[in-house]
Amino acid sequence: MSQAEVIGSRRSPLWTFGLLRSELTTTFRRWRTLALLGVLAAVPVLVGIAVKIETSDSSSLGGGGGGEGPAFITQITNNGLFLVFTALAATLPFFLPMAIGVVAGDAIAGEANAGTLRYLLVAPAGRTRLLLTKYATTLAFCLAATLVVAVSALTVGALLFPLGDLTTISGTRISFAEGLARALLIALVVAASLIGVAALGLFVSTLTNSGIAAMATTVGLLITVQILDQIPQLHAIQPYFFSHYWLSFADLMREPVYWDDLIRNLGLQALYAIVFGSAAWARFTTKDITA
Amino acid sequence: MDEPSVTGPLRDAAGEGIIHTRALTKRYRGGQLAVDGLDLTVPAGSVFGFLGPNGSGKTTTIRMLMGLIEPTSGTAHVLGHPMPRATRAVLPHVGALIEGPALYGFLSGRDNLLRYDSADPSADPRTRRARVAAALDRVGLAAAAGKKAKAYSLGMKQRLGLAAALLQPRRLLVLDEPTNGLDPQGMREIRALIRELASDGTTVFLSSHLLDEIEQVCTHAAVMAQGRLITQGTVADLAAGMRGRLVVTTPDTADAARVLKERGVGDVAVTEDGVTGEPPEGELAELNAALVAAGVRVRGFGVERASLEDAFVALTGEGFDVAG
Repeated sequence: MSQAEVIGSRRSPLWTFGLLRSELTTTFRRWRTLALLGVLAAVPVLVGIAVKIETSDSSSLGGGGGGEGPAFITQITNNGLFLVFTALAATLPFFLPMAIGVVAGDAIAGEANAGTLRYLLVAPAGRTRLLLTKYATTLAFCLAATLVVAVSALTVGALLFPLGDLTTISGTRISFAEGLARALLIALVVAASLIGVAALGLFVSTLTNSGIAAMATTVGLLITVQILDQIPQLHAIQPYFFSHYWLSFADLMREPVYWDDLIRNLGLQALYAIVFGSAAWARFTTKDITA
Repeated sequence: MDEPSVTGPLRDAAGEGIIHTRALTKRYRGGQLAVDGLDLTVPAGSVFGFLGPNGSGKTTTIRMLMGLIEPTSGTAHVLGHPMPRATRAVLPHVGALIEGPALYGFLSGRDNLLRYDSADPSADPRTRRARVAAALDRVGLAAAAGKKAKAYSLGMKQRLGLAAALLQPRRLLVLDEPTNGLDPQGMREIRALIRELASDGTTVFLSSHLLDEIEQVCTHAAVMAQGRLITQGTVADLAAGMRGRLVVTTPDTADAARVLKERGVGDVAVTEDGVTGEPPEGELAELNAALVAAGVRVRGFGVERASLEDAFVALTGEGFDVAG
């Protein structure tokens, strides 16, 4: 698998991206993918409508000292743009990573389950190339899923609530245009926060021939880590959980931006990508394909 | 099909064969010895039948040849290159149908082939649609190309799997049970297709449990049992290695058996409507005359040719449905 021998001179190196293109179109044309994106798009709609109903008789939300909602939720009635931040904060702990877990967990194991893996490898797709293609597609799905939440939230926010200049967490005023730019930046950071889960899911996917088992294991790990992250006695290892700094994206709404946790988050995601990406590669390139 | 236009550094290795294994061995985790010291040589241009009872190691061998499974020891060369190291150089020239077709049910037949073709980095995307259409046409699926693969019958899936193996001009086709699930007419079509491909110079490595299929299509054959290669050679030689059987059809079985024994025919056995035995050296007509002279009413007389099935059963000591 390591020795690449180019046969023929008319072959273009660009042809190798045919598999990535095929993978992307195949993934995004699947009903399952569309259903996951649909669920993600529905979350901001539900949050928006709930906030609208809740505040239709009084002017402010949670004035009676109710429970703590997701970050920024009290600001939505003043500015629809805050629905983007609220929706991302609401979907990042579970909905988004669960969707990633499904796509990443199914990446290799699903092909093995259907038997299509052996035909891709005999084509020959090349094991490293196939793995990279699968990871790139999973990351593309991370970005698409996050943007679906953000765009849906922005649309609902614009329809139900006023838009305009907004107040940062630090109390300063920024223009709507800058707020929009921050919203995009936050969406990108949220998408990047999912890199670790994607790598973990891909690694799990190389361990089994059952797509369902890989998906369930990845989502199970996700829930376990979220629970462990809440247990105070484990604070020594919590900074190494992939989800530990997830909500640091809110720091992008400070003035000036507080970068420390944001950078820790991105560094942690890169570490997960390297560790589990390497593990997935080591496993997949030496595995006997018997499915 | 055109001759492959780009062959590059792939040498034919005339003396070695298109497929050549030496002491190829696979022991699975858990100690099960699936393939044991296999020395297999598939000559270029042959249609090579690969026979063996279920569980005899055929599929493991095919998977090792295709680079899907790493051998425990020994070597496998395909098109003169070592496998699995040279998969990227070798496999674009090999079409394979392994353990039945596997398809994306949510994609149409055409989109399935487009996907498999784009998995091959040496396949030209400019000719992809045309090659897919030609492959669909070749297996008789052109009319059903737009249907979702999950709506295909078993026979149609089998045809689509074959089409995937024919996306490019190939130098070697590895076909595992290619007529599985097809109706008799479909079987005939696929066998005709295999003969046609072989006459174009493609080497075909065909695993089948249908002995008459092997006999009809193949020039060479190898027989495996319990992970070991029992024999390999031309189909004619394998069947010729088996002596035919003298069959006399008569109602006077006792008399016939007595006469045959007197004439030195060995292993005489009385059946319901006649007598059989090992055919003797020398002129058979004299034997017939002797039977008639002794008053035996001979209704049929002749030597039944040994089939590959007889050879197979004699070699493996079992039928095909018995797990090895």
